[in-house]
Formats: sequence, structure tokens, C-alpha cells
Amino acid sequence: MAMITTQRSVSGSSQNPKSPSAPFLFVSVTDPVKLGNGVQAYISYRVITKTNLPEYQGPEKIVIRRYSDFVWLRDRLFERYKGIFIPPIPEKSAVEKFRFSAEFIEMRRQALDIFVNRIASHPQLQKSEELRTFLQVEEETMEAARSQETGIFKKKPSDLMQIFKDVQNKVSDVVLGKEKPVEESNPEYEKLKHYIFELEDHLAEAQKHAFRLVKRHRELGQSLSDFGKAIKLLGACEGQSLGKAFSELGAKSEMLSSKLQKEAHNLLMNFEEPLKDYVRAVQSIKATIAERASAFRQQCELAETIKLKEINLDRLMLTRSDRVGEAELEYKELKAESEEATQRFETIVRLMNEEIVRFQEQKTYDMGFTFHEFAKGQAKLANDIAAAWRSLLPKLEACSSSHA
Amino acid sequence: MMGSENHGFEEAHLFASREEMESLILDEPWNGKSFADYHSAMSSSLADTHHPLSPPTVVVEPGDDPLLSSSPRFRDRRNPNLSDNSFVEPPSYADVIFSPLGDENPDSNGVESLSPDSVKSGNLSRSASSSSDYLKITVSNPVKEQETTNSLVPGGNTYVTYLITTRTNMPDFGGSEFSVRRRFRDVVTLADRLSESYRGFFVPPRPDKSVVESQVMQKQEFVEQRRVALEKYLCRLAAHPVIKKSEELKVFLQAWGKLPLPTTTDVASRMLDGAVKLPKQLFGESANVVAPHEVVQPAKGGRDLLRIFKELKQSVSNDWGGSKPSVVEEDKEFLEKKDKLQDLEQQLSNASQQAESIVKAQQDIGETMGELGLAFIKLTKFETEEAVFNCQRMRAADMKRVATAAVKASRFYRESNAQTVKHLDTLHEYLGLMLAVHGAFSDRSSALLTVQTLLSELSSLHSKAEKLEAASSKIFGGDKSRIRRAEELKETIKATEDAKYIAVREYERIKENNRSELERLDRERHNDFLAMMKGFVVNQVGYAEKMANVWAKVAEETSMYAKERS
Repeated sequence: MAMITTQRSVSGSSQNPKSPSAPFLFVSVTDPVKLGNGVQAYISYRVITKTNLPEYQGPEKIVIRRYSDFVWLRDRLFERYKGIFIPPIPEKSAVEKFRFSAEFIEMRRQALDIFVNRIASHPQLQKSEELRTFLQVEEETMEAARSQETGIFKKKPSDLMQIFKDVQNKVSDVVLGKEKPVEESNPEYEKLKHYIFELEDHLAEAQKHAFRLVKRHRELGQSLSDFGKAIKLLGACEGQSLGKAFSELGAKSEMLSSKLQKEAHNLLMNFEEPLKDYVRAVQSIKATIAERASAFRQQCELAETIKLKEINLDRLMLTRSDRVGEAELEYKELKAESEEATQRFETIVRLMNEEIVRFQEQKTYDMGFTFHEFAKGQAKLANDIAAAWRSLLPKLEACSSSHA
Repeated sequence: MMGSENHGFEEAHLFASREEMESLILDEPWNGKSFADYHSAMSSSLADTHHPLSPPTVVVEPGDDPLLSSSPRFRDRRNPNLSDNSFVEPPSYADVIFSPLGDENPDSNGVESLSPDSVKSGNLSRSASSSSDYLKITVSNPVKEQETTNSLVPGGNTYVTYLITTRTNMPDFGGSEFSVRRRFRDVVTLADRLSESYRGFFVPPRPDKSVVESQVMQKQEFVEQRRVALEKYLCRLAAHPVIKKSEELKVFLQAWGKLPLPTTTDVASRMLDGAVKLPKQLFGESANVVAPHEVVQPAKGGRDLLRIFKELKQSVSNDWGGSKPSVVEEDKEFLEKKDKLQDLEQQLSNASQQAESIVKAQQDIGETMGELGLAFIKLTKFETEEAVFNCQRMRAADMKRVATAAVKASRFYRESNAQTVKHLDTLHEYLGLMLAVHGAFSDRSSALLTVQTLLSELSSLHSKAEKLEAASSKIFGGDKSRIRRAEELKETIKATEDAKYIAVREYERIKENNRSELERLDRERHNDFLAMMKGFVVNQVGYAEKMANVWAKVAEETSMYAKERS
């Protein structure tokens, strides 16, 4: 059992295991490098794995990965581990020119690092073949795996059949006037769904304001800088003690401007990003909710179909039709399928119950840390501001007394 | 699970209404308890015996919506909970800043305006309380009145009058408190008379006339803006050491009924009078010498068109003519000062603009911080209501801490900004004063122009006289008309000499006024700017300290998360 690494373990830092032989798996995503040219340009990252797990090659392995590889990992895991809240990845950038800004690259790197580490510390996901592949295989193999699974070919043949069946059923439902999809009637689960959907709205709003706050810090910083310059010029014009006072004031103002820019960056990385990450996590849960709904529907439909088949089979048996054998076979197959579907659904339910506990605890912890850092940053900024202005006061006193 | 659900319901009553939630709960009754709660909550995540939120003490400050109210409030001063730190604070500027620089109450009509007077009064330069030249003016109570006579517009014209209240201990006024009603037109008259009587002084410029349509004239906002502007203007007049003692101002402030100052006639009729005079002057039918009492006034805008022409000719020859006029602006010190002031004006304008941008940036950040706080409050309420797990309640409590701090910080930004505006306003004030300086300097140059013109005229009169002398000496006995002309010329020369004498005296007077005003400007500017800087800095320090305390507390309360991580 690997140790649970906390989500933001600093890249490359190692937590000392309780005993030398305790299994561990540490991953870090580092060194973003721009590769390629023009429209084809992309960022590649170094993914360093340090582990003593037998399934992995050697104590340390370094591979090169790009964003779409991370997407592949996420998609594969989502397909395979239904019911588990797959950790979210950062979004594709909407704005072209922002794609290669230093800030964006750093934000993305941080988010990808967190993503992989969350998988590595998840009791089930950390054992997945997909993770092993992602962390171990050479780039060519990774590229092959990635391009193989694009578009409709992502789905296995049986899944394709299911898709068609779903569409069929939906159409017939609509035709028959049964438009509303079948849903679980589980009050606790309803409450959870309602909670998740509303939580996303609240969080999105908080994140929006957090982002604005970053901007405001930058704007204040800029205006302090402009003000400082203007005051210095005024000082140059005045000359003598007054001029000196002005230029000191201007200098302080400029100095504080850079502190504000720093805090703006800090806020972006350590306050706004975590909030965005929280939103993404909630969205991931929504995806799992959809999976559960789909599994439930499948189970219900199969149950319906079985009933019909049972009736049909009985009828055939009564009439001693020669199609009984065929029908019996079909019935057996369907029964197996139905059991499978029920299993799938129940697994999802079980996993979700575990996951939601994990999720809530993790989030309390994550947010607690985020709030702590936020408060620390703001306190430090305010203290710096107070100290800077305070240091001016004796000088101003000296000015007025010398003039008087 | 059932247990925690019950608790959930309890809490739902705490924050029963959204309004309660949003009318800020600044009290933090669980101050010392929080740590203990956390530890016990952390250790027993499922069996929650300890309620993380201590017994409810919801303090709702009535009508205190942190974001909707725009006026700065000092209620915090009286809120004992604000200084609820358990450790002894060293004396800080956080307390100092609560001594207001000016009246904080935005509702009263007699708001002390942001005049240099009010800014200075709290500080170094002059305290008028000891000497007997205290003069405080307030403008209030705008009232719509009807034009009774000479109404060109059928149906009557309406205008607004303001109540001008004066409080003073100056003996000249013969009273300590009195009021009159004046309309804006009266202020224009006052301003014009002052600019005539006080040439060379930095006469504060009056508020603009504002060419707007009558509908806008009556709108409340416009009237209020004008009231404020008028009050500022009159206070500036009262702050001027010379003008405050002027007869014009006294009459304006005290004389009942119609303002007994000669009214400003409009330019057109003046030009008309001048045009009537011109032919007479050209044909020598009336004295074309500037009368002494007119010499002391600039020609521009005057009735004497001929004088305008002459002075224009002079100024052209000054600029383009080959020879220098006999009297020029020689005072080097003055010229240096003038250049410096021009430079100063430019820098002031720039600084004034940047000051505005700081104020805006501070306002914006305060607003956003407040919105963030509100968003977290909503989240807190939501998590609390929907809580299934104990960790959710813990999270809600953490969020609440942050939300409360954010709303407090937002308030601090707003309050701090209100003070910043007042302090940095000094820059705007001095920028406005530059207008007065320009006026004073143009008084000087137009007086100089008058002198130069008269001198040129004298020299041309003298040469005419000489020519006449030479001509008449050739002819024995001379004829009557020539003698008469010589006599007339002598008289003209004498009158021009008198005018020149007066003009020179006026010019010197104005120069002296300029000099003393410049000295006063330097002195007062030095003091005012220093006071501005001090005030600005002290304010920034005070509020930064307050904000630091608020956030430090949250950091402390959430410090267990940091410890776990390391």
C-alpha cells in the first residue's frame, strides 16, 4: 500500500517513509519545454517517478510527456474505473496567445503535477495499468497508444452495440411518450446530486471573484507605480526638503507596486488555482454521476427486456415451439448480461459512497490549507505595506521641523 | 450519520434567512474555542461529540450591509469586538487614523468642504483660533425661486438661490453669525469685482458657469454639485489673507436683499459703447487719452476700443519690432519662478491624475474583496445546510473565517480610500490654484503692456511737439491755429504723463502683490504638501495594520493545516 502523498507535494521532495521497506510512489511533473514550431508547437514535461514498487522499473524513471498524454490517462481511467472520482486535469487554453505565457505554463504544470500525484495516492487508481503505462513507457509507445484511441474507435465493439441500443431505446421512448429517463429513487443520492450541482455554482462564483481579485492586485500595483513616478517628478520640480520628501514617497510607492505584483501572482497560483481545481473536481463527480445514471438505466432496461423474454419463453414452451432452444439460449445470455449490468451498477454505487467520503475529507483539508496560505499572503502584504509607509514618517517629520 | 444531520438542522436555524447571513456577522464568539474544536473534530471524524460551531451569538448590525452602503462608517470605533485580540497591541497607527480630518457625516448640509482651510486647520501652518480672523462659510438649502421682473421668457424664469451662512469673529463684520440668500449670478459678480480689485493676487477662480439647459439646471444632482462648488469657492476666498478682508466679500456675505455690487455687463454692450466712442476719438472730438481711473484696469474687455488697438499695436511691436520697449519684464527672479511654476503645474496635473487612478484601484480592490467575502458566506451557508459529514462543517467554519475577514478587509479598503481622497485632494486644490496664479501673472503683463503703450505714446507725442516747435520757429509770429495745436499737444502730453505715472504705479503695485503672493504660495504649499503626505502615509499605515491583524488571525486559526503538511 503506497503512502498517501498530499496533493501538492513539492516536485521532487520526498516524504520519509515510516520504515525503509514501506512501499512508496512519488511522481513529479517538471521542466516544461516548448517544442515544435508555429501551429504545431506544444509544451513537453518531464515526469519523474521515484518508487520501490515491484511493478515499476527501477528506483527512478524519467519520461517526457505532453498535455494530450495526460488527457489520455484521464480518459482511460474514467472509462475503466467507473464510480471513482477521477482527478481532474486543467482545461485546454481557450485563448491562443495565452497558451505559451510563462504564467499559464506554470499553472498548467502545477495542475498536472497535482493530477498525477492524486492518481498515485488513490488506493485503486495507483494500481492501474494505465498509470504504469503513463509513467513508464517511451514516448513513441505513448504516442501510439494515444493516437489509437481517438474518436469513435475509443469504444470497444460491445460498447458500440450498447450505444446503438441506447439510441434505439431513447428513440422508442420518445415515440412511446416516455421521455423521462429512468432514475434511481434514492433520497440520499438525490440529496447528493443536488448538493454537487449547487456546489459547482457556488464554487464557480467564488473562483470568479478570486480571479478578479488577482486582477485588482495587479491594477493597484500598476497605479502605485504610476503614482510613484509622478510624485518623484513633482519632487524633482519642488526641490529642497519638500522635493526630497516627495521623491522618498514616490520611491516607496514604486517599491510597493512590485510587492503587489508578487502577491497577485501568489494569489493566482495558490488561491485561484485551488478554487478552480475544486470546481474541476466537482465537474468530475458530475461525470461519474452521469455514468451511474447510465449504468442504472442499462440495468433497468435489461431487467425489462428479461421480463419480456421470460414471458416470450413461457409462451414458446407452452406452444412447444422449436424455437424454445434458441430462446432459452438468448434468455441465458441476457440473464448473464443483466447480472453484469447489476454488478457494474452496484460497484459504482459502492465506490461512490467511499469516494464521496474521501472527497469531502480531502477538500476540507485542501481548502483549509488554501485559506491558510491566502490569509498568510494577505497578512504579509499588509504588513509590508504598513512597514514601508511607516518608515517614511520620521523623514516627513524631519522635513516639517527643518522648514519651521 | 443521524446525529450529524440533527446538528445540521440546528445550524440551519442559525442562518435562517439570507438577509441575516448577508448582514454581516462580524462577531466571532468562538475565538478561543476554535482550536479545541478542531482537534476534537479531527480525531473523531464520524462520532462528532463536539460541535465545531459554538453556541450561536449572531450579532446583526442593523442596516449594515457591507457592500451596499457607500458612505464610510465609523461604527467600528464603537464596536468593542473589533479589538478582540487576546494579546496586547503596541500603540499603532490603527488607532490614530480614527481622529477624523474633517466632518465624516455626509448627511448634514453644512459639510465642511475640502478646502485648503479644512485640510490645514488640523495641521501645522495656521491655527486661526487665537487671532481674530476666523471666517467660516457654509452654503446650504437650495431653493427654487421665480424671476419677477424683466422676464424675457414668457411664463417666468426660475433660478436657484442658496443660503450663505457665515460664522466669524472678525470685528469688521459687526456680528458673529448671519445668513443671506444669493444666486449664482451674484457669485459671478463677486468674482468679477474681486478680480478687478485684487490684481496681482492669486484670486481663487470661481466655479464654472456651466452652459446647460434649464431642465438640467434644476436637477437635484446638478444643484448639489453646484452647492458644493460654491462652498469650496467661498471657503477659499475666506482662506486668502487679503481677500477675506475685502469689502466685496463682506458685502456679499452680509448685505441683505439685492447684492450691492456693480453687476457684470455683458461684453456685447461694452463693445457697443466702445464702438460709439471710437469715431469721436478718431476725429479728436473727445480726449483720446486713457483716463486715470481706467488706466488701472486692463484694456481688454474694456470700453475703450482705441486703447485696445493701441495696446495691441504695442504688443505686436514688442514681439516683432526691432527695438525693445523701454520697460520690460526684468525681474529675473520672477521669470525663474514663473518657469518653475509652469513646470510645477504640469507635474501637479500628472500627479493629480495618478492620484485618481490609485483611488479607483483601491476602490475596485475593496469591492472585489467584498464580493469574494459574500461568495464565501453563501458557500458557508450552503455547506452548513447540506452537511452530511463533519468535515463539511469544519470546512464551512473555515470558509466563514475567510469570508468575515474578506468583508472586513473590504470595509477597510473603503474607509481608507475615503481618507485617501481627502488627502490627495490637496493636489487637485493646488492645480486649481494655478489658475489663480495665471490670472495674477496676466494682470502683471497687461499692466506692463499699458505702461509700455503709454511710454510709446509719450515718445511719439514728444516728437510731434518737437516738430511743431521747429515748424513754428521758422515762421515769424506763428499763426493762431498752430499755437492752439501746440497748446493742445502740451495738454495731451501732460494728461498722458499723468496716466503713465499712474500706470507705472499700478504696475509696481501688481508686481509687489505677485511677489508677496508667491512667497505665501511657497510657504503654504510646503506646509500643505507635507501635511498631505503625512496624512496619506498615516492613513495607509493605519489601515494596513488593521488588515494585517485581520488576516493574521485567520492564518493563525487555520495554521493546523500548514503544520500537517510539513
